[in-house]
Amino acid sequence: MSVETAGDEGSKLYADHKKIYPAAVAGTFRRLKWAILGLGMAIYYFLPFVRWDRGVGQPDQAVLIDLPGRRFYFFFIEIWPQEVYYVTGLLIVAAFVLFLMNALAGRVWCGYLCPQTVWTDLYFAVERLVEGADRRKRQLLDDGPWTLRKVGRKVTKHALWILIAWWTGGAWVLYFADAPTLVKDLATLQAPLVAYMWIAALTFSTYLMAGFAREQVCIYMCPWPRIQAALTDEWAYNVSYRADRGEPRGSLKQNRKLRAAGEPAGDCVDCGQCVAVCPTGTDIRLGPQLSCIQCGLCIDACDTVMAKTGQPTRLIAYDNDINIDRRERGEAEVHKFIRPRTVLYAVLIAAICGLMAWKLGTRATIGLNVLHDRNPQYVLNSDGSIRNGYTVRLLNKIATTQQFRLSIKGVAHGSRLETSSPAGRDDHALLLTVEPDQTREIRVIVTSPAGADDVKSRGVTFVLRDATGQTVTTSDFFKAP
Amino acid sequence: MAQQELDHLSGQTTTGHEWDGLKELNTPLPKWWLYVFYVCIVWAIGYWFVYPSWPLVSDYTKGFFGPSMRSAAIADYEGGNAARLANASGLADAPLDKIKSTPAFLEFAMANGKAAFGDNCAPCHGSGATGGPGFPNLQDDDWMWGGKLEDIYQTIRFGIRSGNDKMRDMTMPNFGKDGILTKEQVADVATYVMSLSDTAVKGTDSGKQLFADNCASCHGEDAKGNIEMGAPNLTDKIWLYGSGVAAVEVQVNQPKHGVMPAWEGRLDPITIKSLAVYIHSLGGGK
Repeated sequence: MSVETAGDEGSKLYADHKKIYPAAVAGTFRRLKWAILGLGMAIYYFLPFVRWDRGVGQPDQAVLIDLPGRRFYFFFIEIWPQEVYYVTGLLIVAAFVLFLMNALAGRVWCGYLCPQTVWTDLYFAVERLVEGADRRKRQLLDDGPWTLRKVGRKVTKHALWILIAWWTGGAWVLYFADAPTLVKDLATLQAPLVAYMWIAALTFSTYLMAGFAREQVCIYMCPWPRIQAALTDEWAYNVSYRADRGEPRGSLKQNRKLRAAGEPAGDCVDCGQCVAVCPTGTDIRLGPQLSCIQCGLCIDACDTVMAKTGQPTRLIAYDNDINIDRRERGEAEVHKFIRPRTVLYAVLIAAICGLMAWKLGTRATIGLNVLHDRNPQYVLNSDGSIRNGYTVRLLNKIATTQQFRLSIKGVAHGSRLETSSPAGRDDHALLLTVEPDQTREIRVIVTSPAGADDVKSRGVTFVLRDATGQTVTTSDFFKAP
Repeated sequence: MAQQELDHLSGQTTTGHEWDGLKELNTPLPKWWLYVFYVCIVWAIGYWFVYPSWPLVSDYTKGFFGPSMRSAAIADYEGGNAARLANASGLADAPLDKIKSTPAFLEFAMANGKAAFGDNCAPCHGSGATGGPGFPNLQDDDWMWGGKLEDIYQTIRFGIRSGNDKMRDMTMPNFGKDGILTKEQVADVATYVMSLSDTAVKGTDSGKQLFADNCASCHGEDAKGNIEMGAPNLTDKIWLYGSGVAAVEVQVNQPKHGVMPAWEGRLDPITIKSLAVYIHSLGGGK
């Protein structure tokens, strides 16, 4: 058996890092990426400053995660900790949207939306701005000696990077406190230490990830490329090189000669621009690879070259396995977006969104939790009557003080409902005031008279009603010997 | 390792490891990843110096900054106490009914009282404050020494038969053992007492007379007790030392007397007030 062997280069156990110098490129996908980058960053950096009036004494920040107050505000929605399932629902929807995007057009997330891609893209733009748009110039600068010019450029680049990283971390903390106040406090060094620590940590991680780790994150750290490969199918569109059209590749002159002689010749002029513009250094012509984040920049690069050489564009394009095979067999292309998996993902997304919207639209603005005393379960009073104790928590989810009416159903005839907390009375019910956007915990005692035939263990129902007539109920029990 | 085998499908080198014809490809790890491992190892060694780690003959290495879980826990505990007291400033001087009517005070007192009850009172009165034979139930509405907030506060502070200067220590005579009443008279009066709350028991006139002569001075003409003397109500359903003629006979013959310690000096004033408020709120408070 003959054994192929490799030299020393192939025998290394650890790979050296090769810095990537992506060339500047213009075209449809570059414009799309700039638009998404601009929109995403504008939302991220300025959303904390958007105001939303919620009434007196309430935070007026549109999006606020109030950790000390245990509240999450999103425009007209206010979520309490016990409603965290809305956040869970949101995460499930996000996962299905990711799967749907993948079923339609592969790694859309990786190429256009992932923060790692977006921030790295921005850092590349800064690099090109400071060190030159020409990738060879940047390479020469790195390889060259440390001149004053090189030091100046490097310092400028890293300063700009750190500035962006600092702003990234700074915007993050604004989501957790009143943004204008926090900005003022940060500037006057009055902000809590934890805010500075978060800014420092995120400044560091942004600078490290977007400035240095870059494509290493996608290739070595991120789990999504591995999962994505298992979730895709032959109908999904991926950025692909059309080998059937491009091969055999060769210089424009050589291929023209071959073509004239009736020999096979492809459209690929082997200029290497697709590799030069790639932010992860991938050669798309080798076929689908884990390192390809499918950002479409090679499509732009190739289209530019094709236009210059007077050949049809989209030698590199969004393509799928089905059509690659069909073209090979000389069949017409087919496109199929409605497939079991796309329909299933869409239905699941719609169902979960619908369920959440319905729950959110119909949820009560009052709440009632009842906990029967565990020890003792009941108490025998000196006159022979039976007493049960409950801990009752009342929730007022609106921004004004409310008076609630708490009553109980299903107890023995002549039973009394009482509390040791300040409360008014309305017939057999208790009238309880709860502060705006607060909960109130009270101890409630139910006493059933001695000797009545119907004093026995039984299920009971607590009923809470607000001034508008909105009612919530909670079932519990009354325990007797 | 100068020459290595190439996998001709992938074009990658192999590690030379082979299992049943399957060869492991050599996919080199990036160098920086290796360096991260080294940094982690150095970081781990740092723990040896920063935290207590190595056992010595009769001691152990203490760590550079002397960290200790024990002192951290104590600091947390004291910090928590200070923080809670900050919420309840003024509570020490506030009258009991003010504590009851001020939500911030009440919330503090209930939480503090509940914790202090578990630590100090539960061994006798039970974790649910329901007591047991000989140990009063604090949940019900029967109070030998008074169930008002002030009464409960006084009992906790000075105790019952505790030896404290301000304790209450009334005791019931040994009517049978000391020969004040004969055995038959003890049975007679016990039957009469039981008949007051249990319609199935029939008392006698002589028993009633014996009660008026010997018991009414403390327990009252109507046998409804007297909290000034700690004399229990004998007409209700609640019996500290058991109900029934036999149990009452035992108690008349040679009464058992419980002892409640005085907590003033053992617990701080805020905790004692908290306990009074907490116990009063359990449901039986007057």
